[in-house]
Amino acid sequence: MLLDPVRATFRAIAATVVPEASALDDGGWGALEALVEKTLEPRPASVKRQLVLFIRTIEHLPRLRWGRGFSALTPDERTRFLSGLERAPSLLLRRGFWGLRTLVFLGYYARPEAAAAIGYRAEARGWEARRA
Amino acid sequence: MNTRAYDVVVIGSGAGGGAVASGLAPLARGGYRILVVEQGARLRDEEFTGKEAEMADALYEDGGGFLTADGAMTLAFGRVWGGSTVVYTGTSLVAPKRVIDGWRVPGLTHADVERRSRKFMDENGVHFLEPDLLNENNRLFVEGCEKAGFRAEQFPLNLRGCKGSSLCNLGCPNQAKQGTHRVQLPAALADGVEAVTRAEALRIDGTRVILRVSAPAPGEKGEPSEWAPGEYVVSAKVIVAAGGSIGTTALLLRSGLGPSLPRLGAGFTCHPAHILVAEHGRPITNDVGHPKSFFLDRAAEDGYVLETCMYFPFITAKNLTGFGAPHATLMRAFPRLQMILVLACDKAVPQNRISVDADGKAVVRYAFTKETVASLVKATRAAARIFFAAGALRVHAPSADPPLLERAEAGAIDARVSERHFRTGRISVSAAHLMGGCGMGSSAADSVTDSWGRVHGRPGLFVADSSLFPDSLEINPYLTVMAVADRAAERIREDAGALLGAPGSAR
Repeated sequence: MLLDPVRATFRAIAATVVPEASALDDGGWGALEALVEKTLEPRPASVKRQLVLFIRTIEHLPRLRWGRGFSALTPDERTRFLSGLERAPSLLLRRGFWGLRTLVFLGYYARPEAAAAIGYRAEARGWEARRA
Repeated sequence: MNTRAYDVVVIGSGAGGGAVASGLAPLARGGYRILVVEQGARLRDEEFTGKEAEMADALYEDGGGFLTADGAMTLAFGRVWGGSTVVYTGTSLVAPKRVIDGWRVPGLTHADVERRSRKFMDENGVHFLEPDLLNENNRLFVEGCEKAGFRAEQFPLNLRGCKGSSLCNLGCPNQAKQGTHRVQLPAALADGVEAVTRAEALRIDGTRVILRVSAPAPGEKGEPSEWAPGEYVVSAKVIVAAGGSIGTTALLLRSGLGPSLPRLGAGFTCHPAHILVAEHGRPITNDVGHPKSFFLDRAAEDGYVLETCMYFPFITAKNLTGFGAPHATLMRAFPRLQMILVLACDKAVPQNRISVDADGKAVVRYAFTKETVASLVKATRAAARIFFAAGALRVHAPSADPPLLERAEAGAIDARVSERHFRTGRISVSAAHLMGGCGMGSSAADSVTDSWGRVHGRPGLFVADSSLFPDSLEINPYLTVMAVADRAAERIREDAGALLGAPGSAR
């Protein structure tokens, strides 16, 4: 699986992007990652390589400032680091983080459990169901 | 290599391809062989589940995540039997006269576009949604517009038996939306037009279309193709490219038409859009009812349009700027969220164009002009005023930093929402009205086709989709796509003797 070599960092990123993800059990993480893997499956190999490289970069870059990898940072430090990427002068870095956060949002919020947890109730029967 | 012979091959089954198929049905009844080719699958009614990830995968190119070359904008377009008419909201507007006049296409008049648009409005059951089916997300928009000094207008919609699932953009689970897959294509098939789905048009080689037909992947939604998997050479006397702005342009470029058509790929526009979200103090009906019932048209004055909208959890999350606790807090307020889609009416500029890479895959280069960013910012400020006027407690505006405006800041919207915060790669911008690439005009020097969609110098090759638009349409485009496609069909019908010969000769 694509995320295998960077799973710990990916989960640390995901739990920073969506704090509720830190409460997921193994099944929840499995569902989140399965959605991400499925989305990435048809993408070109170069895109997949870039993603893994970007996650590895996120793991190692914080050593320059904090002397520890991303996974070993406190939640506040992780947030500060990712905020730096989100506001980086380089479009490449901003775009990379935007893509990664999009994947996390997909994995987290496209799960029916997460949608229900935030109160999303759309269904095919529409008004009939809501007015029942 | 498998071979087939037809009189006419129509590539694409969306608003353009569906209208052409319908317009050519009389020829099919008269004995001509007509084939509609669709790259996507034909879904069974029960496969429209409304589940966000699986429907996005089944209905959209790249699952809805097709990116511009610099990765700064997401382009959404359908890849399914019925094309983007399966995933739009059914909003049915006739092109404004000033826009069609402004295109200055010799032979194309607004009166003709309007007449054809109204024909399709009748055919598709277009009407205003009944008041008891309007949700609060839409009512609050109208109320906010009134209080903020704007005039909201109601969208005419092409719905029959809408139950208000709010799932339009994931394909209607109740078959209420009258897309080409529900109206024009079934009628055309009943008249003898043939169809092949899961068939990708690789290139056009003179009077032949090279197709690759694929088998469904394990677990994939949709019927298998009508043809066995493999590559096909399909000969045709007339070929109609109707694969949408990106699909058609890329196909013609892959087919080597670039050198003889210097404008091929030029003139791409797309109505770049933000989804704006505001939180109210109480739950409102938002994820039930038709999502897009009203709009505010400021295209002529300020270069933008506001539309009501309601999106699904992932799309909503993706379109909010930021991450972490503030983002999650807003997501947890989902039942209290009001949403407005802000669209900029971008103009065709030389740097925005469609090309293909070495593998023939479409590449869209798009840079936001100063004017487009200014329109998005003006639109965002107007939407923020409307939200607050409707009673919202806070508004999320992508071009503000921080993006959340509290009610106490309602008097400082102009200062808080600004062009300087429009930073690509940080904020989400998406577009679903993809136009241009094969613009209409008078000669190959200024365009790709004439006003009937006939490619310059290629009497048997037509284009019939939004790629024909020489500049932005400034409204939701499907009816105008059908109108220009109807013109192409009419030209083929009227010239059938010269173009096609006698019925039966393609067998």
